[in-house]
Amino acid sequence: FPGLADVSISQDIPVEGEITVPVGSHSPDEDYSTLDEPVRDTILRDLKAVGKKFIHVMYPRKSSALLRDWDLWGPLVLCVSLALMLQGGSADSKDDGGPQFAEVFVIIWFGAVVITLNSKLLGGTISFFQSLCVLGYCVLPLTVAMLVCRLVLLAGAGTISFIIRLIVVVAMFGWSTLASTAFLADSQPPNRKALVVYPIFLFYFVISWMILTFTPQ
Amino acid sequence: IARLVMYLFAEFDDAANLLAANPDATTISIDEPVEIPKNQHSRLQEPGREEDDELLGTDDSDKTELLAGQKKSAPFWTFEYYQTFFDVDTYQVLDRIKGSVFPVPGKNFVRLYIRSNPDLYGPFWICATLVFTIAVSGNLSNFFIHLGKPTYHYVPEFRKVSIAATTIYAYAWLVPLALWGFLMWRNTKVMNIVSYSFLEIVCVYGYSLFVYIPTAILWIIPQKVVRWVLVVFSLCLSGSVLVMTFWPAVRDDNRRIALATVGTILLLHALLAVGCLAYFFDAPELDFPAPIIPAHNGTTVTTKSH
Repeated sequence: FPGLADVSISQDIPVEGEITVPVGSHSPDEDYSTLDEPVRDTILRDLKAVGKKFIHVMYPRKSSALLRDWDLWGPLVLCVSLALMLQGGSADSKDDGGPQFAEVFVIIWFGAVVITLNSKLLGGTISFFQSLCVLGYCVLPLTVAMLVCRLVLLAGAGTISFIIRLIVVVAMFGWSTLASTAFLADSQPPNRKALVVYPIFLFYFVISWMILTFTPQ
Repeated sequence: IARLVMYLFAEFDDAANLLAANPDATTISIDEPVEIPKNQHSRLQEPGREEDDELLGTDDSDKTELLAGQKKSAPFWTFEYYQTFFDVDTYQVLDRIKGSVFPVPGKNFVRLYIRSNPDLYGPFWICATLVFTIAVSGNLSNFFIHLGKPTYHYVPEFRKVSIAATTIYAYAWLVPLALWGFLMWRNTKVMNIVSYSFLEIVCVYGYSLFVYIPTAILWIIPQKVVRWVLVVFSLCLSGSVLVMTFWPAVRDDNRRIALATVGTILLLHALLAVGCLAYFFDAPELDFPAPIIPAHNGTTVTTKSH
């Protein structure tokens, strides 16, 4: 190497330093292991993550927090509470009533899995659990709508209450669909976006229908 | 006849070159700009339109079988294998739906639209939509019919969704399976010019069910005449798509068997429509109020039962 011919290190300049490789990442977490922390911290951290995602759903912005750190706690809580609130309907001995708990559960989870498979088969780049996470969290507006519907039904079951319920459910259905499309549409190939959005629309439509047709005993 | 055969072989060569170049291009069209697949598809339709008899499909029946084998090259346990069944763009799905609702007389749905690229997206989601449309429309229609009656208590009838799902998915998958098996069996007896793969038959059946979706929505109208007119109309549309697809596959066979096959296809299709109408939609009441006969113990009994 001609350029280095005149570079020399004299013997009396000490060359020193550390050769150790830093163990662990430079993450904000002080200690990497969470085994030693009190249980309260663990639970609170997970609850905060879930709560942050709820806020992301209610005010959908293009943030990657929902996608990157997926978890299924939120969808589970939402699904169970929605299925519980849909009980107590026409619980006659005739089984032509509303959906049973298991039916709601299966529809939400099986529907989410099918939509995720559909988007992956069409060439989407999102991972399986990330998509499940987004679809599950975007059920939040509809759960809020169910809560409102039950409260309105406590007051009465006439035409006015039906109109209020209809408006609330339609608004929340639109919110859910828009929120989930905002998160999921970017990961699809551009000429297939409508093919991916339509099943999401159908999924939330079915859930909205179940909410709207809920009639108490 | 010799000239016809020579002409068809020439078409075969041209179309074969185009189609042979196509599968690779089609599968990588996701990454390339949208113009490229459109150009190739419009180029592809030109030799199709120049054919004398679209229904015959003589020139590309052989290579359809060939290309069906070429395209699905991934082993069946990988995800990529199933991705080849979803290799459609939005405009292709919309075109296929349009082709099933407005059947062009003399054009074969499979040759014109599917073109050796059968997809499972259309059949699956059209069936799902149809299931929920029928269940929701039936529920709404019953609600409007019985509205105002003092004894009527609205129930969402959620059980019917699972029944609808079973029926429609069974129809859309088992009938094509049976038909495909039957056509394969006849192929061993009689040399048929046109033969379809299983997925193409599933595709045709799936897309032909699309016209029942608006029909189910319009069935909410509680008039018997309107409903039956709708049944006949939708049966004509989707039935004609099926007939024009399958007639070329059976017409070289024994005439009675050919007619029996096409007749069975139409009969099953009609049974599906009529069965859905009868089961999910209550009979509309006539215009005069139903006579309510007070029984001795005070409960009211209406003449029409559920």
